[in-house]
Amino acid sequence: MEYKGVWILGEQNKGIIQTVSYELLKRGKFLSEKLGVDLVAVVLGYQISPKELNKLIHYGANRVIYVNDQIFQNFLPDPYINSIMELINKYNPEIMLASATSTGRTVAPAVAVKCHAGLTADCTGLDIEEGSNNLIQTRPAIGGNILATIKSPNHRPQMATVRPHSNQPLEPNPGNVGEVIYEKVKEKNLKSRTNQIAFIEMKDESANIQDAEIIVAGGKGCKTEESFKMVRELAHQLNGAVGASREPVDLGWVKYPHQVGLSGKTVSPNMYVCAGISGAVQHLAGIKTAHNIVAINNDPNAQIFQVADISVQADLFDVLPILIDKLKDRKVG
Amino acid sequence: MKILVPIKQVPETSNVKMDPETGTMVRSGVEPIVNPLDLYAVEEAIRLKAKYGGEIIAISMGPPGAKKALQEVISMGCDEGILLSHRKFAGADTWSTSYVLAQAIKKIGKFDVILCGERATDGDTGQVGPGIAAWLDIPFSTYVSQISEVNKDTITVKRIVENGYQLVGIEKPTLLTVVKEINFPRLPTLDGKIRSKKIEIPLWGPEDIDAKIENLGLKGSPTRVVKISKPKVSRDGEVYKPNNEKETEEVVDRIIEFFEQKEIL
Ligand SMILES: Cc1cc2nc3c(=O)[nH]c(=O)nc-3n(C[C@H](O)[C@H](O)[C@H](O)COP(=O)(O)OP(=O)(O)OC[C@H]3O[C@@H](n4cnc5c(N)ncnc54)[C@H](O)[C@@H]3O)c2cc1C
Ligand SMILES: Nc1ncnc2c1ncn2[C@@H]1O[C@H](COP(=O)(O)O)[C@@H](O)[C@H]1O
Repeated sequence: MEYKGVWILGEQNKGIIQTVSYELLKRGKFLSEKLGVDLVAVVLGYQISPKELNKLIHYGANRVIYVNDQIFQNFLPDPYINSIMELINKYNPEIMLASATSTGRTVAPAVAVKCHAGLTADCTGLDIEEGSNNLIQTRPAIGGNILATIKSPNHRPQMATVRPHSNQPLEPNPGNVGEVIYEKVKEKNLKSRTNQIAFIEMKDESANIQDAEIIVAGGKGCKTEESFKMVRELAHQLNGAVGASREPVDLGWVKYPHQVGLSGKTVSPNMYVCAGISGAVQHLAGIKTAHNIVAINNDPNAQIFQVADISVQADLFDVLPILIDKLKDRKVG
Repeated sequence: MKILVPIKQVPETSNVKMDPETGTMVRSGVEPIVNPLDLYAVEEAIRLKAKYGGEIIAISMGPPGAKKALQEVISMGCDEGILLSHRKFAGADTWSTSYVLAQAIKKIGKFDVILCGERATDGDTGQVGPGIAAWLDIPFSTYVSQISEVNKDTITVKRIVENGYQLVGIEKPTLLTVVKEINFPRLPTLDGKIRSKKIEIPLWGPEDIDAKIENLGLKGSPTRVVKISKPKVSRDGEVYKPNNEKETEEVVDRIIEFFEQKEIL
């Protein structure tokens, strides 16, 4: 059997293509150009406008395969997995990338089992091996302590989930042309053994740390729930999300969705500002792919300084108020 | 209610060593522990049993020493443990691991729910749970932060996703992977520890679970680790030690300038 083409699994929410999909297209384009094959975006959704689907082409896809059905209004594993399986069996792509989001990390492992594919989780680097044309995947493992390079030489498609925000999308080009295929899948593949009863939107946008460009995080060094508010205030001034180490979560100052690290979320913001966090390995595991880190801690030996771009060895109760004030002044001035 | 909990023995993340030749972990000299994220699955199983009755079986695939991990969760409150250990299982990736666990579960027979950890802290993939569900062809849910209701044929759970919580109903039997928010794991009890030492933990190999040899271990794994490297830890960043208010102000100005350089302001 011949396997050809690079696929990305596009994600949508209420008919809007998510940024992570454009990030995947950049990864996919790099690979498809090296291989000299097409880049295809697969999207499962309901009543997505042609204009929205075309954006995938502007961001680099040569083709979009779109399955429209009401069942895709909300994420449910069965119809996602079974529809993707049907499409893979029909077109035989050689590479299939998904985002390492809650959706991608749910769908990809089940698909990989069903099509006997190798799957590498949460990759931060992807390339094509000269000669063999195998996909070379790099990912942090063991709490970010090592980088593993992985390939799946004898199985197709080669599958990977890619860490969100580990790269920037390409600039969209409205001049790009490509085709949108409206695909139908078998009725039985649209059935679901789970159903959505309700969706409780996160009221507090500052808790969406995985999508945030800027995160301001606080740790136990903030001392009390009351003074943790400085962290919230700084996040507010920067239009960022609020993060935390495990301590403030366990102490009840802030809720679990804010937790960064091994038993919380892995984040890749452009800017990670943290105060009163020691930088335990379990915390660092969550921020290894943050692009820039500013750390404030009064212990010169704090581990967090090992990974910081700007290390401020000082009392956070001195630094944060001034920083907040200066940012406020900028807005007024 | 019959609850199955796949648990993994992992090295403590804080001091892990890798063999650069084989790309596998050096296990000697590293204290192995139960994957901390599996303790939430164990705890939830114990709570479900307290509420609905039934039994809890913990299963683990790993080296013979993984028996200790099973004993630990038995001392917390699991009823039984099954150890999947054999040369042929060694070096398995998530595809092959989920195959072996699914075969073992088929052997166990009827069950109501399988509870997995969100991910193991060593491999860090979170792929084995959904993989088991795919092999067994049962419905599943990931990132479960609450089990709200258990009925005769369905389970209602809350799952945490990027922009909120999704409340879903799932047909039984089902597999759930749980996150830290779901509970607070208890410690082993003294009685439990005594029981865990006495209880017999059966050891299963490929024949016991009717496994296809070609699906096992390194040979049966589609993925290959070809290289291990150490990421650069130090960023050689700028370091400031302000000693008075004026110096603190200067540092703050530098931080703001940095924000501007990185285009977040
Ligand atoms: C299995 C497992 C999973 C875990 N998962 C996570 C996880 O997901 N996320 C996570 O964060 N942790 C996790 N942990 C916990 C982790 O090991 C640490 O205990 C935790 O990160 C410490 O939080 P902290 O830095 O806020 O507190 P501490 O380590 O107590 O550090 C507080 C810091 O604040 C500084 N400080 C104090 N006062 C001031 C001041 N006035 N000004 C400036 N600095 C000050 C101190 O110097 C210190 O460095 C996990 C642990 C285990 C075992
Ligand atoms: N070798 C194993 N034995 C038993 N359960 C496992 C094993 N590996 C993974 N699991 C289960 O699958 C979950 C996810 O693991 P992973 O996909 O390796 O991150 C773990 O939290 C366990 O519940």
